[in-house]
Amino acid sequence: MRRRLIPVNVVIAALVFVLLSLDPDQSKPPPVVMERGKAVYAKECLSCHQQDGLGVQGMNPPLAKTAWVLGPKRELIKIVLNGLTEPIEIEGDTFHNPMPPHPHLTDQQIADVLSYVRNSFGNKASAVTAREVKKVRAEKKI
Amino acid sequence: MKTIKWHLSCLVFAFMIVASACAEDSRNLNDTVVLHPSSAGQAGLILPGGFAATTVAENLGRVRHIAVNSNGDIYAKLERLKDGKGIVVLKEGNAAQMSSFGNYPGTGIAVKDGYLYASSNSAVYRYKLSASHAVEDPDNPETIVKDLTDRGQHNAKSVTLDDAGNIYVNIGAPSNSCQVQDRAVGSKGQEPCPILEYAGGIWQFNARKLNQTQQDGVRYATGIRNAVGISWNSSTNELYAMQHGRDDLHRMFDNLYTDKDNAELPAEEFLLVKKGANFGWPYCYYDGEQQKKIVAPEYGGDARTQGRCEAVDKPIMAFPAHLAPNALLFYTGSQFPERYKNGAFIAFHGSWNRAPEPQAGFFVVFVPMKEGKPGGNWEVFADGFAGSAEKKASGRVDYRPCGLAQGPDGALYISDDNKGNIWKVSYNGK
Repeated sequence: MRRRLIPVNVVIAALVFVLLSLDPDQSKPPPVVMERGKAVYAKECLSCHQQDGLGVQGMNPPLAKTAWVLGPKRELIKIVLNGLTEPIEIEGDTFHNPMPPHPHLTDQQIADVLSYVRNSFGNKASAVTAREVKKVRAEKKI
Repeated sequence: MKTIKWHLSCLVFAFMIVASACAEDSRNLNDTVVLHPSSAGQAGLILPGGFAATTVAENLGRVRHIAVNSNGDIYAKLERLKDGKGIVVLKEGNAAQMSSFGNYPGTGIAVKDGYLYASSNSAVYRYKLSASHAVEDPDNPETIVKDLTDRGQHNAKSVTLDDAGNIYVNIGAPSNSCQVQDRAVGSKGQEPCPILEYAGGIWQFNARKLNQTQQDGVRYATGIRNAVGISWNSSTNELYAMQHGRDDLHRMFDNLYTDKDNAELPAEEFLLVKKGANFGWPYCYYDGEQQKKIVAPEYGGDARTQGRCEAVDKPIMAFPAHLAPNALLFYTGSQFPERYKNGAFIAFHGSWNRAPEPQAGFFVVFVPMKEGKPGGNWEVFADGFAGSAEKKASGRVDYRPCGLAQGPDGALYISDDNKGNIWKVSYNGK
């Protein structure tokens, strides 16, 4: 009887693990969005933030596991639309190159690329919609 | 039956743990061999025959430029403070006798005429060296130049000194190509580029006069986007510099440049910097294949037109694009074979703007020199910093060469600003 207890625990743990990994994340963007986002990333972002999203030391900040990317969507959308001119600091490292504004991208393209970035390079965060981008674009620039 | 199964699975589990522990051991052993191949005498580097390297120091921090005094003391300038200090001293090159001082990060460092010169990203300082080669007052340097432009981008204030009491300071342009909005697609190039008034060139100052500002100096040469590697060549009495060429031709002008074009354009330029020279940035860039200065697309260029750029000064040698030459040293020692005498060593930090094409660089190059000009093709002198071909291609490398210095015995020192290694390369061939 006592011997049985351990394997039962293991089985339960394994089941939970399998269930957790199978559990569909409601916020994960569908493959078609990820594909479109990847294409925008390759054209607009990759040369600075690199293929692996880890950026370039001292110049272009990483996009992986940082609050700049995983934090409030409105702030992130604003950065893509308006750019950033001041150096930013992540974990003690300063990144000096400016982020150019990208007003030439459509609401859908920005939504796609941000959904892609928020769910690539080890990131996991809710998708961004074109409606959300449209709303931020309509705000008066501060 | 279940009991047997359970025991069996326990056994398998235990075996796996032991096996993985063994695998761990053997991997660590391999790592040790790669990191400390002292038996091979190369300290992980790939060098020409007859040369050997040793690792002088490891994990010093973001070591940018280095200088070696006549007694062998090594000074390393840090880009990021470590324990609140920005200059590391290795007494007689011995990592066991390490100390640090200076509360500012930066790149430039040099020893000249009894002084140690060091730069922050906005100022140049000097420290008197005692007769016993010690920094006399590490907490109170004299300010040579202050209030130089520091807007983050291209802010390394590299320094070099001539033999007539002058110091030359790189003041890099805080911009890619002087667009109205830096690096923005569709933003026009400013005409004239206002940045050139205060940056995008090399300034000359009196190395012995205190508290100068930029106005006290002379704009020695202009049209240089950023030159982290600058060096006075005492054998020809001329200034030389390595320019970092502009980025993003494809991202901003995909109608004119493919990804591949972007990875190969523009050339990194080796410049002989005469007083009053103008190398054309931001209006022009050098195309290594066409061997011409070409009008930049922000200024109406179409990737072929020479136009106004025909008149600007040209490089004495072109290197592949984006390799980021961060240090330049003219070899004056007599330890290395005769062909190295007065030749140029260049440390390439390695690229990032070649993506999605494979990254490149991360090596130290040698250029034989004859009468102040290249006397032959460039060749890779020290390689292996990246760690592997895959690491090199992705840019996620082990080490990034950033500084060069020559020891009193004629050895060549190489610094890395990724982990903070310093290597000593000596010649022991016959």
